[in-house]
Amino acid sequence: MTAIDHHWQRFTLPQKLSRYAVYLCVLLALLVSLRTVEVIPEFFYDAPAQMADLFRRMWPIDFAYYPMTVQGAMIETLNIATIGTLLTLPLAMPLALMNASNVVASPWVHWIARFFLVSSRSVNSLVWALLFVAIFGPGVISGVLAIAFRSVGFVGKLLGEAIEEVNMGAIEALRATGASWMSVLLKGYWPQVMPAFFSIVLFRWDINVRESAVLGLVGAGGIGVVLNDAMNLFEWQRVSMALLAIFVVVIVAEILVVNIRKRLI
Amino acid sequence: MAGIAPGAVDRDNPFKRNGLTSAGWVLLAAYLLYSFNTMGVSWERFSNGLGFADRLLERMFPPNFSRSELLLGGLVESLEIAIISTVIGIGLSLFLGLFAARNLMPLWVSAPVRSLIALCRTFHPVIVAILFVKSVGFGALAGILTLIVASIGFIAKLFAEAIEEVSLKQVEAIRATGAGFVSVILFSVMPQVLSRFIGFSTYQLDSNLRNSTMVGIVGAGGLGGTLFSAFQRFDYDFVAAILITIIALIMFGEFLSNVVRRVFR
Repeated sequence: MTAIDHHWQRFTLPQKLSRYAVYLCVLLALLVSLRTVEVIPEFFYDAPAQMADLFRRMWPIDFAYYPMTVQGAMIETLNIATIGTLLTLPLAMPLALMNASNVVASPWVHWIARFFLVSSRSVNSLVWALLFVAIFGPGVISGVLAIAFRSVGFVGKLLGEAIEEVNMGAIEALRATGASWMSVLLKGYWPQVMPAFFSIVLFRWDINVRESAVLGLVGAGGIGVVLNDAMNLFEWQRVSMALLAIFVVVIVAEILVVNIRKRLI
Repeated sequence: MAGIAPGAVDRDNPFKRNGLTSAGWVLLAAYLLYSFNTMGVSWERFSNGLGFADRLLERMFPPNFSRSELLLGGLVESLEIAIISTVIGIGLSLFLGLFAARNLMPLWVSAPVRSLIALCRTFHPVIVAILFVKSVGFGALAGILTLIVASIGFIAKLFAEAIEEVSLKQVEAIRATGAGFVSVILFSVMPQVLSRFIGFSTYQLDSNLRNSTMVGIVGAGGLGGTLFSAFQRFDYDFVAAILITIIALIMFGEFLSNVVRRVFR
């Protein structure tokens, strides 16, 4: 008779060891960072008092400031977000098709598409804005281009994944009839990808509303310019007005997106 | 096929147009025309911009890595900010997520925690960073606090949603043994959600790494500050070097989070 080992283990030894290695690495990294990071302790202890002081200076909110500059800048911000999102589409759709392995088979094409998508996502929208402000000068155009170039990576990646999940039966049937590649794209892929497409675009628009609100800090138009000016002049009550406007618009955009998505899908 | 009830199909006109949707498209088109007009794009400005872009690229290449000390200093600070804020943010989210789960907590606990989490999510990290810079001063501390707020907004929300989806059978089984509240959480809820929580956390490490290179633009420490001052001094070859470093850092972060995810799968 052989004795059955009743001792149950959830993980094997290598699994356990690699887990502990990760914990250890995280702990070490945290300790090293905490020891070397340049944080001035006085500032840290002082932080709650300073925060309270800042909020006290922001109150009461200067509502008289709203019609003067905030409204126009907020509309500009929404324009930047919307046009930027739409400008993304002609850039992202070819890249998404190139990235989907069931549309294009060549690994070279995939590699090129992935390169563009990854570099678009790695560079933050503020950095894109800095680049475009250096090229086109301050203003809405730089903001729109920054939003568009930043969104390409996100939209292209998600859209490519949606295209890869398409049911290939319909595509094969269309191909068997001798349809041209344009017809295959329009009648085979598009109807299956459409719900995902709209949901991705709406999601990105929602993100872009948040992002375009800060682009003005580097001079790319929108409410960020107003925020920056008010802060440079230490007009804290106006700052809180601009922040409140951003808050309301972001919430409204989110509610809008949720409702449109419910209706479309 | 996908959920088409036979009675719901209009046999005479299966592709009936939806009036509301068409009106929506018309409105969108009108809005686009209007916003393009307000943007003030002219062909002249665009072609001028292309000339500037050419000169900018000429000055960016080859990238100038000669000031490697400054570059490495910023890089290390970005890494430190990302690590500290991710660990603290995850730790706080673990508790906030538990308190925000509606199936574990009474409404008077979950509702305020939920609104706190929502508040952390509404403002773009750059705006949060500005507020922290104004209240705790320039430097890494402001960046750390900003990214902690961003991590809470993301992880705590997803974690709370994951907890709300747990199977209640295991919770009941543990309760039936007479276990206290802490034991119920530790032995029935946690095992069900821990793997997803680690997924969110590695994603957040990745995203904090990206954002830690950006908060410096408003003075909250890290590589972004170096980038912004290089932009202001028109050192475009140094800018190119910093951008390459940022992209390398982010690819390294993606690699790292993949490794961690594989270990915990």
